[in-house]
Amino acid sequence: MAEIEYVTVWIGGQLFGAPVSDVQDVFRPTGLTRVPGAPAEVGGLLNLRGRVVTAIDARARLGLAPHAQGTTGVMAVGIEKDGEAFGLLVDKVGEVLRLDEKTFESNPVTLDPRWAAVSRGVHRLDGRLLVIMDITRMLAFDAPAQAA
Amino acid sequence: MQGPGLDTYGLTGTAMDDLLSEFLTETAESLETVDTELVRFEADPQDKATLNNIFRLVHTIKGTCGFLGLPRLEAVAHAGETLLGRFRDGTLAVTPDAVTLVLRSIDRIKEILARLEQDQAEPPGDDRDLIDLLEAAAEGKLTAAKPAPAPAPAPVAPPPVVVATPVPAPAAAPPPEGEGDGRWDADLGRFLRPGEVSLAELEAAFMAAEAEAEAAAAPAATPVAEAPRQEPARLEPLRTETVEHEDEDASARGGKESALANQTIRVSVEVLENLMTMVSELVLTRNQLLQMVRGQEDSAFKVPLQRLSSITGELQEGVMKTRMQPIGNAWKKLPRIVRDACRDLGKKIDIVLDGEATELDRQVLELIKDPLTHMIRNSCDHGVETPDVRVSAGKPEKGTIRLSAYHEGGHIIIEVADDGAGLKVSRIRQKAVEKGLLTPAEAEHMSEGQIQRLIFAPGFSTAAKVTNMSGRGVGMDVVKTNIELIGGTIDLRSREGEGTTFKIKIPLTLAIISALIIGARGQRFALPQLSVLELVRTGPSCEHKIETLNAARVLRLRDRLLPIVALGDLLGLPEPTERKDNAFVVVMQVGEQRFGTLVDEVFDTEEIVVKPLTPILRGLETYSGATILGDGSVILILDPNGISRQVSRTGATERAADKLDAANDDLGSAGDAMGLLLFQSGEGSPRACPLSLVTRLEDLDATTFERTQRGVVVQYRGQLMPVVHADGPFALRTTGRQQILVFQQGGKAMGLAVDRILDIVHERLKFEQNDDTPGLLGSAVLKGKATEIIDVGYFLQQAFGNWTELASGQRSVRRRVLLVETHPFFRNMLAPLIEAAGYEVTAVENAQAVARLAEAGRRFDVVLSDADDAGLEAELARLLADSPALAHAPRLTLSARSELPYDSAQPVVRKADRHGLLAVLDTLISKKEAA
Repeated sequence: MAEIEYVTVWIGGQLFGAPVSDVQDVFRPTGLTRVPGAPAEVGGLLNLRGRVVTAIDARARLGLAPHAQGTTGVMAVGIEKDGEAFGLLVDKVGEVLRLDEKTFESNPVTLDPRWAAVSRGVHRLDGRLLVIMDITRMLAFDAPAQAA
Repeated sequence: MQGPGLDTYGLTGTAMDDLLSEFLTETAESLETVDTELVRFEADPQDKATLNNIFRLVHTIKGTCGFLGLPRLEAVAHAGETLLGRFRDGTLAVTPDAVTLVLRSIDRIKEILARLEQDQAEPPGDDRDLIDLLEAAAEGKLTAAKPAPAPAPAPVAPPPVVVATPVPAPAAAPPPEGEGDGRWDADLGRFLRPGEVSLAELEAAFMAAEAEAEAAAAPAATPVAEAPRQEPARLEPLRTETVEHEDEDASARGGKESALANQTIRVSVEVLENLMTMVSELVLTRNQLLQMVRGQEDSAFKVPLQRLSSITGELQEGVMKTRMQPIGNAWKKLPRIVRDACRDLGKKIDIVLDGEATELDRQVLELIKDPLTHMIRNSCDHGVETPDVRVSAGKPEKGTIRLSAYHEGGHIIIEVADDGAGLKVSRIRQKAVEKGLLTPAEAEHMSEGQIQRLIFAPGFSTAAKVTNMSGRGVGMDVVKTNIELIGGTIDLRSREGEGTTFKIKIPLTLAIISALIIGARGQRFALPQLSVLELVRTGPSCEHKIETLNAARVLRLRDRLLPIVALGDLLGLPEPTERKDNAFVVVMQVGEQRFGTLVDEVFDTEEIVVKPLTPILRGLETYSGATILGDGSVILILDPNGISRQVSRTGATERAADKLDAANDDLGSAGDAMGLLLFQSGEGSPRACPLSLVTRLEDLDATTFERTQRGVVVQYRGQLMPVVHADGPFALRTTGRQQILVFQQGGKAMGLAVDRILDIVHERLKFEQNDDTPGLLGSAVLKGKATEIIDVGYFLQQAFGNWTELASGQRSVRRRVLLVETHPFFRNMLAPLIEAAGYEVTAVENAQAVARLAEAGRRFDVVLSDADDAGLEAELARLLADSPALAHAPRLTLSARSELPYDSAQPVVRKADRHGLLAVLDTLISKKEAA
């Protein structure tokens, strides 16, 4: 039986999971520089050990209201994709879960299309559901439209 | 394949890959040199040294191909070499057709190499077609006008070769069918192919070249005499025909060259890139450390840190140097391109390269190669004319394209100049309208420079016919985009009939740039120094104040109005809760556009390491990247090109910028079009006055106005300034703010109060004269609305009434000025202005009126006339000379052109330059009176 390890995070009261293999590290973002004109999903840029990391605001990505206290106190999940460093801003980082495929189900058809677009499926946990994030899709959103 | 192939040496796997990639790199370089050398050789077929160099390069390529087991390449190279051999031994005249054929073989080799690089194997195929042509040419069958085909050994080929090797057939024998020409070569261990030269012969040729170079005066016999001495070495049992040996031989001979060659090594670009990245990181870390220690006077880290700092600096410089390459590397292909273009287009063009040794980062070099090639093609195609056109235009038959490069403060400037036809402004204008890029009205009002720069607009091409080189409409806009991508700028200047010069300014390196760190609404940004012209501090207490024209902000800077955009607005940053009084304007120049960016703070300049943005953000044209500052924070790097585009897109500022530009041209060059300031005063239709007369626009507190017996005054710049309202004294406000147009008269200022400043327009004035309303000259339709044109002179007189009387009272007689001006607007505008300055003005509209005045015996102290009306001028000159009453009067002419005709016999003043006019009038009269 295939078991996969997930890093779990809280975003707007919902538990999400990202495959451990997709996650580089978890850090507390400091000194976030906003990018005026960027899509709402881009939380800003930050310096992580000499690298410029693009922070993606998970709440904005999922169409949720911004966190009450803004981006202070949030956590970031470090992701490396195509040689670029990203940090997914989440409310809280939970424990790492090892889950069996048996509890996995595909997305319910009624799922909000914005969520369905970035979700691989759902794990049924005791008492709650865990939405499995597709990291690649989480980081892929439309670049801002440019006037020619 | 007769030559020892790879298998013979048991080379497999990585060794093969390494060899192959080395071969590819080396051959690519050699081929580029061959290209250039061939073009040079074609121009001067007597240049034996060049030919020998070409020959040697091609031979080396052939040899290496044989060694690596690449039969196709070897065969083509061989056939090319054969033809070159014929040139060299003088049995074949050098013709453009023959050279083209050699160039074609070089091209074919390049094609095969490209496939080889891709597939790691020679592509299948046959080059028989080309080889046949080459062989035919070598036999002299290409064209009739050739010396008799003589496949005899070269005169330089020394007899000892033949003696030293077992030769089954006499060298002079005609080639039999089949197996080569039957000559046996001991070095190769096989028969020579048609026209193939034995290694020994080649050796002798090298000797010949050496000897010629070293002792130019030496007779042709010398090499033959020297050759045998060298021969024994060649006959030693070294049987392998490898490129290494060629190189060894070459280095053994060219002592100095080889010494240099041994001191260089090939390092892969990847290693250098890595080094560069690491050095960049090191620079950042150093900056961070410096920031931490800054302010701690007695830190124990201070001294070692200083050392670390300087070493880091040196290291950075050193690594940068490894990436530097002479720009000449990017130019190698160009002579060939020009040559081919000349052939295709039937033109004669010289290309002059200047500053080839100028070094720049290889990454930048790579990126400008294509744009430069395209520009050179464009110059050949559109710039330089055909020989007959040139001759009929009185130019030398042969055109010149000059490419030059030089350093200028951290940047490199590349200029591409041709002495061709120049840009045809009328055609570009017409085309722009046809393509819908401009409305006819816009096209009318744009300056020549603005029109010329339209060639950078996407999809714009003026080529009347599409040739195979350019004219596909994907020309200069792509060039511009590519140059802007690397943070550069491009501009042009062109004169019809004289040629066009493009000027490219690019940074030396992309990795580290010098930037100004600025702050806007609490956020810091980096602005590349490349486009920053100057910094101006602005605020209520400063000399430079930002003024508003219908919500568009402008800054008066050295007599020009500069459109201003607030960086915060541009980026959509939230408005600050409290407004700061002091701010800075960063004056920027991007291409032709000059504008000011309003920022709150300016910190300092820093060398920053550019880090690219993630692809999602690359679409934002405002930024070119991000960087990490010494304090560890990330800031965005602004892209001046992107900002400039946004500025011109911002409706209001664009209008302001355009109109100010036009207005800055004063009354403009496009006929009667002129800059007019539109304002509202009173209930009626909008009013206007020539913008050029307005010295300043002010927004004053109405409570500061003081009412005196002679009228309303306000303390302004240390003076009492009279204020009149355009709609009568009662319209003047008593509370709140009052907008005022300031006019300067001599040393004094006058304020004309208006209700609201509306706009600035630049239009051709359809002026209708008004007979009697005081203060109004007449009316015109501006922006589709009937607009009253005010008489500035009237208001000046109102304000300075007493003063004017005083001034004229000082003189016993009022000086009389005759104003001859056809245009009613100027006549009506100028007359009161001159009168206000204390002159008596008689204004007439044509020479007939002048004649009548002359007959009547009227005398004038100065005759003022319109310099732009040539007919009137000629008539006047005749009239005045004949009239005893007017012959003595000094002349002064007025011009509405933005460029004044300096060759005029009389002083010329711009129509809008009231101060200039009055000053010159004064001088002329004083002179006359002194005389």
